Amino acid sequence: MPNELTEATPRGRLAETLRGQLRNLAPFATLIALIALFSALSPSFATLANLGNVLQQVSITAIIAVGLTYVILCAEIDLSVAAVANATGILLAVLTVQDASTGIATLPLPGGLAILVALLGSLALGGVTALGVTRIGIPSFIMTLAMLQIASGIGALLVRGQIAYSVPDLLLTLGSGSIGPVPWVVVVAGVVLLLGHLVLTYTRFGRYIYMVGGNREAAEHSGVGVRAVVGTALVISALCSGLAGMLGVAYFGSAQQNQFDNYLLDAISAVVVGGTSLFGGQGGIGNTILGVLVLGVLNNGLDHIRMDSFLKILIRGLVLLLALVINVYAQRLRSRRRSAA
Amino acid sequence: MVSPGAPPRLELSGISKRFAGVAALEGVDFRLAAGEVHGLVGENGAGKSTLMKIIAGVHAEYEGEMRLDGRPVRFRNPREARDAGIGMVHQELSIVPALSVAENVLLGRQPLNRLGLVAWRRMRAAARAQLEALGLDIDPAVPAGSLPLGLQQMVELARVLLSGARILILDEPTSALSPPEVEWLFALLDRLRADGRSVVFISHFLDDVLRVSDSVTVFRNGRRVGSAAAREAGKPWLIERMIGAGHERLEESYSEAIPLAPRSRAPVVLAVEELGVEGLFGPASLELHAGEVLGLYGFMGSGQLDLARALSGKLRPDRGTVRVDGRVARLGRGTPGAKRAGIAYVPESRRAMLFAGESVTRNISIAVLERINRLLLRPRQERRIAEGHVRRLGIRPARVDLPVGQLSGGNQQKVALARWLTHLPRVLLLSEPTRGMDVGAKDDVVRIVRGLREQGVGILVVSSEPETVLSLADRILVMRRGLLAEEFAGEAVGKDRLLAAA
Ligand SMILES: Nc1ncnc2c1ncn2[C@@H]1O[C@H](COP(=O)(O)OP(=O)(O)OP(=O)(O)O)[C@@H](O)[C@H]1O
Ligand SMILES: [Mg+2]
Repeated sequence: MPNELTEATPRGRLAETLRGQLRNLAPFATLIALIALFSALSPSFATLANLGNVLQQVSITAIIAVGLTYVILCAEIDLSVAAVANATGILLAVLTVQDASTGIATLPLPGGLAILVALLGSLALGGVTALGVTRIGIPSFIMTLAMLQIASGIGALLVRGQIAYSVPDLLLTLGSGSIGPVPWVVVVAGVVLLLGHLVLTYTRFGRYIYMVGGNREAAEHSGVGVRAVVGTALVISALCSGLAGMLGVAYFGSAQQNQFDNYLLDAISAVVVGGTSLFGGQGGIGNTILGVLVLGVLNNGLDHIRMDSFLKILIRGLVLLLALVINVYAQRLRSRRRSAA
Repeated sequence: MVSPGAPPRLELSGISKRFAGVAALEGVDFRLAAGEVHGLVGENGAGKSTLMKIIAGVHAEYEGEMRLDGRPVRFRNPREARDAGIGMVHQELSIVPALSVAENVLLGRQPLNRLGLVAWRRMRAAARAQLEALGLDIDPAVPAGSLPLGLQQMVELARVLLSGARILILDEPTSALSPPEVEWLFALLDRLRADGRSVVFISHFLDDVLRVSDSVTVFRNGRRVGSAAAREAGKPWLIERMIGAGHERLEESYSEAIPLAPRSRAPVVLAVEELGVEGLFGPASLELHAGEVLGLYGFMGSGQLDLARALSGKLRPDRGTVRVDGRVARLGRGTPGAKRAGIAYVPESRRAMLFAGESVTRNISIAVLERINRLLLRPRQERRIAEGHVRRLGIRPARVDLPVGQLSGGNQQKVALARWLTHLPRVLLLSEPTRGMDVGAKDDVVRIVRGLREQGVGILVVSSEPETVLSLADRILVMRRGLLAEEFAGEAVGKDRLLAAA
């Protein structure tokens, strides 16, 4: 929120404004710096074709990250996103006719219906998480850890170690086709990001998300249905994961167990690197877009400069650590500023 | 006490402090002698807390000079101030609820064993001994958050006292204390004075200030407008300087009896039958009429705040029924259920009701979003509503885009009240509605509440300050140890009778 206040002199005021915007400026500056760095180091980086690559590579993470942004804004966490994506993708494959050689027990439905049922599947998983967190009162950290295991289990039972290759045509287009030069999956991600942003900024539900994350007790005292808001955020997260999971299967060209494992850390990193507060109430989809791009550019750029792929893992860890430090530091600046009266 | 010519314990000169270019303090001089209790009064937002936070190292950026025992000092953070012997009890409680009383009392000074680990047994014993020396009988092993608010406040006081501070700043320390606890504090202040320690005592209870202080200083709009020996300054003198001439009658002492209204004949809006929460209060039954202000008085921890919490849907009752306009309100379902039934609630803690980082507008509009829009927000209308309330309630500074956390304590309270004034509820529960408010603002609250009463809202004012109940209520119920003990209606009642009944 850009309504921070400032101290004394004009210069002090500028410095203060900059510090207040730390959580937005840091990822933005990082993005610019990374682009500059990789452009200088590799001629193949700053090309239109590569821009398309980067966008395509981050699309699925971006969709998962939208739902996760809602959850983190409420000061909760969802560790089950990748597992739910995986389970939904596998469910979709099971609902599609597969080649007999795959040895998977299928229950084929017409394409549109299969997609709908798979989405309902992710909705159900999200619903269970929401019930556990809001009705029973299990901390989201633990509840979604359990859901991670449950969703993985469901996926494992459905494919039993096999690999499925077919998905409904509609999804095949959305996941791996393109309109002109633009991959469909990028368009879908753009639509989800836009929708996510509009809901957060312009609807009452979006406002409640920020208020619940900002001060849960005060939200309750204002008559906000806190449990409903948190529950809905968790369901939205599961739906986003489900959509990402189906697109991912089409994008990868196959459905199998554990194929989404990297996406949990990627999505959480994207939200945090983008500057959405881990303590809830601050940030938004704009931040998440920045975070997704920073990670995407980093990943892609490191490949372009032929970075040792084992070192790459470490570098990504260090970037995440740095983002966490900035995140917590920005929070501290803010609470210092707000201590009044 | 002090040899003549010795520098004062603390001397501030020409202190100015601005927030966002708006002056909170302008050229303030302030002296604190060794062994004196110095009362500090002024309207909400006058700058009292800000000056004290400068002394305590919370605000490091300011103009002007500070001398401690004649030596110039400039604290960059609270730790430096603490090391120099300055301790502050902030207006808002700052104990750590999850830590034990012992840990809170000895925070930062825990005794360590040979391995460098906290020596728990020794720590508890030390805490118990030190609390007892202060005349407090509190189990050091329980989590501080589980104590009633008054005791929490005393634990916090104890922490600062026991840290060995030579200068103690108490920012509205009595607002959460019951009368016996206030007496405890005042006796303690006498001992501190005898020890040669210096105390700054901030309060909106002018009688208290005059009683315990050696000297008093009045703030107004960020300036010091007068200092005097407490013996020579009377209440009219203070009020005239705080808000100008002609208001001397504002703060009555209520030692005189106040005539209460007879029982109302208007229809009952809120009927509570045998409501109770195990271990906290009840069973309690009461009726609140339309256009009536019912005062619910009791010492801290007598259960009156919990009764209000149960009515707000915050606390699940385990027995009894509640009817609003004759219809049963289902309170087990949380606050949205209570709100739908027509019950609005303003809790006693500002931290629990305001979104410090959000604007005044958003803090006010949160309660009416359901009314002013279906799906999409309407920021311009939100803003208009907020601006109206800010003007009518005299919230200062009159800016709706300011984060609420940057308003002074009393103005925050008005924002919390404003939240429920757009669409009137049937029943309004006010917990400690004037805590931390200056005399002028208290008067504003009285006016607001009267206005709501005219419009037929049933209002339940819950408080442990007899003055609050007496200044607002038409009828008064007294709660004692969780049960409704006595009712006053249609007669003249003074503070003494309320205290005796509690
Ligand atoms: N952190 C802050 N940022 C911006 N403005 C602030 C901040 N703290 C205080 N102010 C402003 O400074 C002024 C003085 O506030 P202060 O808290 O010192 O008042 P006070 O005398 O303690 O009032 P009260 O009796 O209500 O506690 C107010 O106008 C307030 O809005
Ligand atoms: Mg104050």
